[in-house]
Amino acid sequence: MSSKNDTISKTLIVVISLCLVCAFVVSTAAVQLRPLQEANQLLDAQTNILRSAKILEGAASPAKVRELFAKHVEERIVNLSTGEFTDKNPAEFDYRSSWRDNELSTQLSKKDDVASIRRKPHYAPVYLVTNNEGELFSVVLPVHGYGLWSTMHAFIALETDGNTIIAMNYYEQGETPGLGGEIENPRWIGQFEEKKLFDEQGNLALNIVRPGNASDPNHHIDGLSGATLTANGVQNTFTFWMGEQGFGPFLSKVHQGALNNG
Amino acid sequence: MANAKEIKTVLFGPIFANNPIALQVLGVCSALAVTTQMATALVMCFALTFVLTLSNFFISVIRNHIPSSVRIIVQMTIIASLVIIVDQLLKAYAYDVSKELSVFVGLIITNCIVMGRAEAYAMKSSPGMSLLDGLGNSMGYSLVLMVVAFIRELGGAGSVFGVEIMPLVSEGGWYQPMGMLLLAPSAFIIIAFFIWVLRTFRPEQVEQA
Repeated sequence: MSSKNDTISKTLIVVISLCLVCAFVVSTAAVQLRPLQEANQLLDAQTNILRSAKILEGAASPAKVRELFAKHVEERIVNLSTGEFTDKNPAEFDYRSSWRDNELSTQLSKKDDVASIRRKPHYAPVYLVTNNEGELFSVVLPVHGYGLWSTMHAFIALETDGNTIIAMNYYEQGETPGLGGEIENPRWIGQFEEKKLFDEQGNLALNIVRPGNASDPNHHIDGLSGATLTANGVQNTFTFWMGEQGFGPFLSKVHQGALNNG
Repeated sequence: MANAKEIKTVLFGPIFANNPIALQVLGVCSALAVTTQMATALVMCFALTFVLTLSNFFISVIRNHIPSSVRIIVQMTIIASLVIIVDQLLKAYAYDVSKELSVFVGLIITNCIVMGRAEAYAMKSSPGMSLLDGLGNSMGYSLVLMVVAFIRELGGAGSVFGVEIMPLVSEGGWYQPMGMLLLAPSAFIIIAFFIWVLRTFRPEQVEQA
C-alpha cells in the first residue's frame, strides 16, 4: 500500500464512493426482492391460520394454501375496546405497522403491559373460518407476547363459543432451539387442543403449570422443562390478550352469541 | 496467475491442513448456533461461502486503493453489504430456513473467518487467488459445520436432514435422544474432538506448550 492512499482527499474519495456503491447494491436488492418477501410472509400467515383452524394439516403448495384461504377464511377488523366488528378493509390494514402508529395504538403502562408488548393496538384482525358446508365454526385470533429472548407470535383458533380452543400455533419466535423453541413442537402446542380458556365464572382459567403437574383436564397445560421463562411468556400472552386490554370485549360479545347470530 | 501447486494449496489447504475452525479456531460462534439441524447448517454454509468468496474478491480488487487508516471499516462495509444481500435473498427464496436462521445470517458480519481472510489474505493477493482462498476457507468451515450438525442432529433428534433414522421413544420408537447434544456446549465438545482427531493425524498442528 503506497502512502498516497493515506491522504485525506483519497481517503474521503474511496470511502464515499464505496459507500455509494454498497448503498446502491443493497437498496436495489431490498427493493427488488420486497414483493417476493411480502408474498412469503402473507403465505406463511395464511398457512398458519389454516393450520390453527385445522383446515390444513402438514405442508401444502402455495396455490393450495391460497385456494383454501380464499374459500374458508374471512378476515375482519375488530375494535378492541368495544369488541365490535368495524368496516375497515382488511386488505388496507397492516396490523404490525399499526403497533407503531400513535393513532392506532397506545403506550401501555408498566402495570398493564402483562405480555411486555409495550403498545396496545386499537384494532386487530380476526379470521372467521367456515367449514366445507359454509358454516362458521371458528374464529382465529392473532396474539403476541414476549418470551425469554423474543416476541412470540401465534394464532389461536377458538370455537364459536369463544371459549374452547381448537388449536394453537406459534409461527414466529426466537426462543432457544430445543428448549423454549419447543413451543412450536406439535406435541407441546397440541396440548392446547380442546382446552377451555375460561372457567364457569368467566375468569381466565387456562394455566401453564409446572411440567407433570397438570391436574385440571379442561384448563391445565404442562409447562416446558428448562424453559420456564418462555412458558411464563406464553401464559402472559394469554393473560393479556384474553383480558380487557386485548380480545376480552370481543370475546364477551362472542360469549353472548355474536358469531352464531350472524 | 499463480501455478497449479499454489492454487491447490490455497483452495484445498484450508480443509484439513489449515482449517479455519480447527486450527485457527475462528468462526466458532456460528458453528455452535446453527448446527442443531443439518438443513439449517447447510444453508449457513452456502451463505458463508457466498459472503466470504465475494468479500475476498472485492476487497482484493480494490486493495491497492484502500487507505490503511480506514481499511477495517472499508472491509466491514463490503462484508456487511454482502451479508444484507444474502439475508434478503434467503427471505425471498427460502423463507422457512431464513426464519430458523434468524439473526445468525446477520452475524456472518462478525464471523472472524470473513474478517480474518480479508485482512490476512485478500489485502495482499490478487483477486483470482483471493476468490479461491475464500472458497477454500468456506469449504473448511462447511466441513466442520456439517460434521458437527450430523452428530448433533443424529444424536439429539435421531434424524439426518430431518429424515428419521432412529425412531424416538416419545414417538413410539426405541431411541432416547441425548438432549445435551441440542445445547450449545455440546458443539464445543464435538469441535474439540474434531481438533483432537485432526491433530492426531497431523501432529505438526499441535501447538508447543
